Amino acid sequence: MARKVTTGRKIGTTIFAWFVGLVIFFPILWTFLTSFKTELQAISIPPVFVGFDWTLENYRTIQTQSNYFHFMANSIYLSLGSTALGLIFAIPAAWAMAFSPTRRTKDVLLWMLSTKMLPAVGVLIPIYLLFVRFGLLDSRLGLIVVLFLINLPILVWMLYTYFKEIPGEILEAARMDGASLSKEITQVLAPMAVPGIASTVLLNVILSWNEAFWTLNLTTSNAAPLTAFIASFSSPQGNFYAKLSAASMLAIAPILIVGWFSQKQLVRGLTFGAVK
Amino acid sequence: MGQIHLEKVRKAFGDVVIIPDLDLKIEDGEFVVFVGPSGCGKSTLLRLIAGLEDVTDGQIVIDGQDATELPPAKRGLAMVFQSYALYPHMSVRKNIAFPLKMAGMDKAEIDKRVDYAAKTLNLDAYIDRRPANLSGGQRQRVAIGRAIVREPKAFLFDEPLSNLDAALRVGMRLEISELHQRLKTTMIYVTHDQVEAMTMADKIVVLRAGNIEQVGSPLELYSHPRNTFVAGFIGSPKMNLLGGAEAEKYQAETIGIRPEHVRLSTTEGSWKGTVKVSEHLGSDTFLHVESPVHDEPLTVRADGEFPVHAGDVVYLTPEEDKIHRFDGEGLAMKTNSRAVA
Repeated sequence: MARKVTTGRKIGTTIFAWFVGLVIFFPILWTFLTSFKTELQAISIPPVFVGFDWTLENYRTIQTQSNYFHFMANSIYLSLGSTALGLIFAIPAAWAMAFSPTRRTKDVLLWMLSTKMLPAVGVLIPIYLLFVRFGLLDSRLGLIVVLFLINLPILVWMLYTYFKEIPGEILEAARMDGASLSKEITQVLAPMAVPGIASTVLLNVILSWNEAFWTLNLTTSNAAPLTAFIASFSSPQGNFYAKLSAASMLAIAPILIVGWFSQKQLVRGLTFGAVK
Repeated sequence: MGQIHLEKVRKAFGDVVIIPDLDLKIEDGEFVVFVGPSGCGKSTLLRLIAGLEDVTDGQIVIDGQDATELPPAKRGLAMVFQSYALYPHMSVRKNIAFPLKMAGMDKAEIDKRVDYAAKTLNLDAYIDRRPANLSGGQRQRVAIGRAIVREPKAFLFDEPLSNLDAALRVGMRLEISELHQRLKTTMIYVTHDQVEAMTMADKIVVLRAGNIEQVGSPLELYSHPRNTFVAGFIGSPKMNLLGGAEAEKYQAETIGIRPEHVRLSTTEGSWKGTVKVSEHLGSDTFLHVESPVHDEPLTVRADGEFPVHAGDVVYLTPEEDKIHRFDGEGLAMKTNSRAVA
């Protein structure tokens, strides 16, 4: 029997959905509003929502205090670099696990994910020392490697779930049709997996873009991405909320725009395989 | 050429033996059907021949050459899968052209062959469509087209018709038979449907639990089943198998009589029974008759219309020379009543 959907019920769920949406969105809205306030209005009690003197002063200040584009360029390098490197390893790994599973495949997948359960700070000292030894501190290359490694398990998992959805018979057909291993992957598997690979790439770019722990600890200025740019506007004393908010808005703007235009792909990627 | 010999082929997954030592010779140009209940290893056997699974032991010889270690692509065989396994991101043309492209054939020759295959399979109208926009029958034809353009040594079919509806299945069955007559290429066809096996095969291989129960032409299997399993599997509806006192009369452990070899009468006969279910098809009448001679209902077929209904009393008389006798191990006994007579 189909469930009866009454108008009252519809209104109720709509209001609830909006409420949840607003709760999630509120911090971003508040940051956005604060970035246009003066420092004093930013900390005024009671807080002001829209009735303040809108100003672009904060944006002007942070432009003169630091070079936004330098940080943004680093963010782009790091997120794209680590994603590209990740795909090179994750695609063959996921391919092998999805299409030639062994008795240990599930264990390997879980083990890879378990590395994400370790608090990052637990390995900060060893990694820091390694960076010192190899001269990688404050270098883009070093950070690309670290970001690639911390996100690799997620990349493999996502691609694995995508590849699982591709019927193995199609790849067997390609093998029967005389395709070599590389042709099988490039001409049959990859084109079918494009939507999956695209959302994996997108998610990985976002994760790398927003990653703050390693980027803050392993860089000073040369390789510092936008996370460091934001952090540089927080200070132990004085009023800085408005400038910090402006910096945050500038830092998330590019990824927000990219995410907005590809949200369909992203949602599909995150819920893929959840429903059949 | 398309001669395939299996010598002592064995397949095990870990400790589970799917196919114990199996020998089989398939001659060039034969239409061979592997038939058996699900889980009998028929698909695994086909995949071993294709090279999609590795044999645990034994040899696969194709055209006199040991192909046991060859990858699928090097065996020169083409396969049609149950799910069709078309490339969803390619048009019909590109799907059919794919094996030729992989073989490095030049563009003009590929186009020529694809056009020819599309024409023979009535696919020219859909040549630029994607598989998602085709019906089941059309997809099946694309899969066959992709197999024939390569001019393989042999075709392997893995239950190709089981995803089609009944009417289409009969049509495709004819098309595949015609294709075999035209190409005269070896075909190995896996099915669980004994009607497909009977109608298409030159040679049927009946499998059970990885073992070959019997190999022979459809009529050989029908007339001389080697054991009770083949007797019960080949023929539709199934052969009636009776034990006990009735079998003892023929000095056998079990006797078998096909539904079409039992004479029906409403007045007299050897076995008295009550009709449990009657199926009137016009061309034939099938009766399921409960009788004291057997604890399960006996199936009987009459030509044309036989006007009885559930609850009516009928008399059954088996045709003496059509009775199959089986011994205690279920094996057919050589001197059956016909041989004596």
